[in-house]
Amino acid sequence: MSKLLDLAPGAAAPLAAVPVLSEDAFPHEVAHAVEEGGRLAALFGHAPQPSQSSHMGGIRLLAVVAFDAAGRLGVVAGELSRDRYPCLARFCPQAHYFSREIAEQYNVLPEGHPWLKPVRFAPPLPGALPVDPFEGRRTIGLTDYFRMYGPDVHEVAVGPVHAGVIEPGHFRFQCFGEIVHHLEISLGYQHRGLERFLPNAPAGRVLPIMETVAGDTTIGHALAYCQIVEALSGLAVSESAGLVRAVALELERLANHVGDLGALAGDVGFLPTLAYCGRLRGDLLNISALLCGSRFGRGLVVPGGVRFALEPSRLEELRERLAQTMRDVTGAVELMFGATSVRARFEGTGAVSAAVARDLGLVGPAARACGLTLDSRKDFAAGAYASTPILPAVEESGDVFARAQVRWRECQESARFIGCALDRLSGLAAAEAPVAPPRALAPDSLAVGLAEGWRGEVCHVALTGSDGSIARYKIVDPSFHNWMGLAMALRGQQISDFPLCNKSFNLSYCGHDL
Amino acid sequence: MLEIIAERLRQKHRTLNFPKVQPVMPDRFRGRPELHPERCPEGCRACLEVCPTGALARIGGHLTLDLCRCLFCPECVAACPHGGVAFTRDFRLAGRTRQSLVLGSGAEALATALDARLAKLFGRSLKLREVSAGGCNACEADANVLTTLVFDIGRFGIEFVASPRHADGLYVTGPVTGNMREALLKTYAALPEPKIVIAAGACAISGGPFIGLPEAGSGTDPHIPVDLYVPGCPPHPWTVLDGLLRLLNRL
Repeated sequence: MSKLLDLAPGAAAPLAAVPVLSEDAFPHEVAHAVEEGGRLAALFGHAPQPSQSSHMGGIRLLAVVAFDAAGRLGVVAGELSRDRYPCLARFCPQAHYFSREIAEQYNVLPEGHPWLKPVRFAPPLPGALPVDPFEGRRTIGLTDYFRMYGPDVHEVAVGPVHAGVIEPGHFRFQCFGEIVHHLEISLGYQHRGLERFLPNAPAGRVLPIMETVAGDTTIGHALAYCQIVEALSGLAVSESAGLVRAVALELERLANHVGDLGALAGDVGFLPTLAYCGRLRGDLLNISALLCGSRFGRGLVVPGGVRFALEPSRLEELRERLAQTMRDVTGAVELMFGATSVRARFEGTGAVSAAVARDLGLVGPAARACGLTLDSRKDFAAGAYASTPILPAVEESGDVFARAQVRWRECQESARFIGCALDRLSGLAAAEAPVAPPRALAPDSLAVGLAEGWRGEVCHVALTGSDGSIARYKIVDPSFHNWMGLAMALRGQQISDFPLCNKSFNLSYCGHDL
Repeated sequence: MLEIIAERLRQKHRTLNFPKVQPVMPDRFRGRPELHPERCPEGCRACLEVCPTGALARIGGHLTLDLCRCLFCPECVAACPHGGVAFTRDFRLAGRTRQSLVLGSGAEALATALDARLAKLFGRSLKLREVSAGGCNACEADANVLTTLVFDIGRFGIEFVASPRHADGLYVTGPVTGNMREALLKTYAALPEPKIVIAAGACAISGGPFIGLPEAGSGTDPHIPVDLYVPGCPPHPWTVLDGLLRLLNRL
């Protein structure tokens, strides 16, 4: 990784320190870094300001490679002189989806891409090259879907409006009898144009948008954003504020995992756990509301710290309510895993191999269920996670059972972690709401924010301009990595197992669509 | 089997006897805001300047807060040293018109019931088709919560159904993104008459946190008529249930 700039999450670096390679060298360097044990945390384009490069008005690509085992990030840029570059996806499969996004956002063609089409059906971003490779093909719902041909082959199309109370997306199953040979997931319906809005956005509008990139990951995205602001403006976070943030992040994980464990039970017709976990998820959300008034953690995390303190009586109430809730969760979940009818439906369903997970760059519980030991709380441990280490939950079988087990073990680990954090907090002065006035961000710089949300790694990258304003803001929700994992999980499965497989991943549409 | 029964006993009965018994909201809950314009010093704009969505306005000595836009974030309260704006723990927020949601305008009012014919038709059985049209999935999550056993909307005859053909009304969440507009219109057209529309959450009313983003859209009523607006980001499940019961003339 000699050619990559070494960077820690939550740290800033001058843009000039980022190595800039030619369009031919860049794909090879990135692919090489991935071969050496790296993983693409982010790969995106941007249109540099004239002062920032000796460029010819071209697009610059930027890769953030996570070396999980070493706990380091590597950053490298590629300068495009034309409207095309050799496609990275040919030797680095996890780049294929990023390459589609870059083509859609900046009108640059990855030459030799196996499956080029938009990912969101959105207009290009400011600074994009003038010739649109998707001319006339940016209308959602109208695209060349992958198709299988042959006698007795049939196609099932679902969405964007689904039967449940869920977000919109379009799914196409290529089936032979009941067996799904391929599932194509076509998204973009939730696209709100966040990355177009964020550069130079009025200061007060940014945090509410970060909290609603994916509303079920409010804390995760707010944390990644605040890390960036803190890195670029030199704001320090007190130990107690860091602990409150970590407690909130673990509560978010608990609520979502518990809700999904219940929904998994529901998908195989095991109703007691469905009923109990639905209620218990709400109880966990209400514990977040005890912290900050909002069930989704809105308004808690702010640059420099947290807005609400945990005074001793609240701390005790939190501890007591969490213990009570976890007793009921344990009862509900053990009931489910103890039922042979549930296990028979979970085991072997929707399996993803470790090799596929690694190739696709899966993150979070979906990756850990395939035997990949990666968890940014451990690999990039900082603050509360450095003083109270997290033990990642890893399973080997890669199926629905493994994903459910990983989630359950993570629930237990989160509860243990919260207990330790509360112990530590009770010895500290309460984290008062910081009234840190907004400070100027470092100009011509780059910062990366990482948070292990409940779905996996939330990665934000910001580049500032010469005036210290945000020139490019990239958001990578874990779902962006993982949707392809769900598509792979469905191969060779029955179409009737889709709801179960889907819920075991429970990916975000809005987090992907931005 | 015996373990299931034992666990059932341990988990206890959890449904709240709403509306007879009112829920207790957490002390930091940000519910219906309270305005005290008499406390505002001349020319002070502290709350107006920090409001992310421009929900607050001040004309002369008159302070108004538009719940259509309000995200119920703590910014205005934190910025105001005079106590000119405060959040109460009152979760009742839903209204029938956008004007009725402007606090301080003199027109503010909680939702009234549907007309007699519709109230009779839907009062004891209301089937809703949910359409998620942008947004962040928090409104959807808290709509799903309504079907859990704490809230149990089924006991009021309210149910989320799988097809617009089976539905009496649409429950719209999200700002109606450009990419979802057609799907929303088609779903609305597929509902049999008579039909009602509920816009739940700041996004579905006004665009919410995404106000002014061209791809995001600015809510439901530019596209289809709305019968009930439920403010919040997201609305608390009790806020939604309170609004629905008022609409059905059951409160």
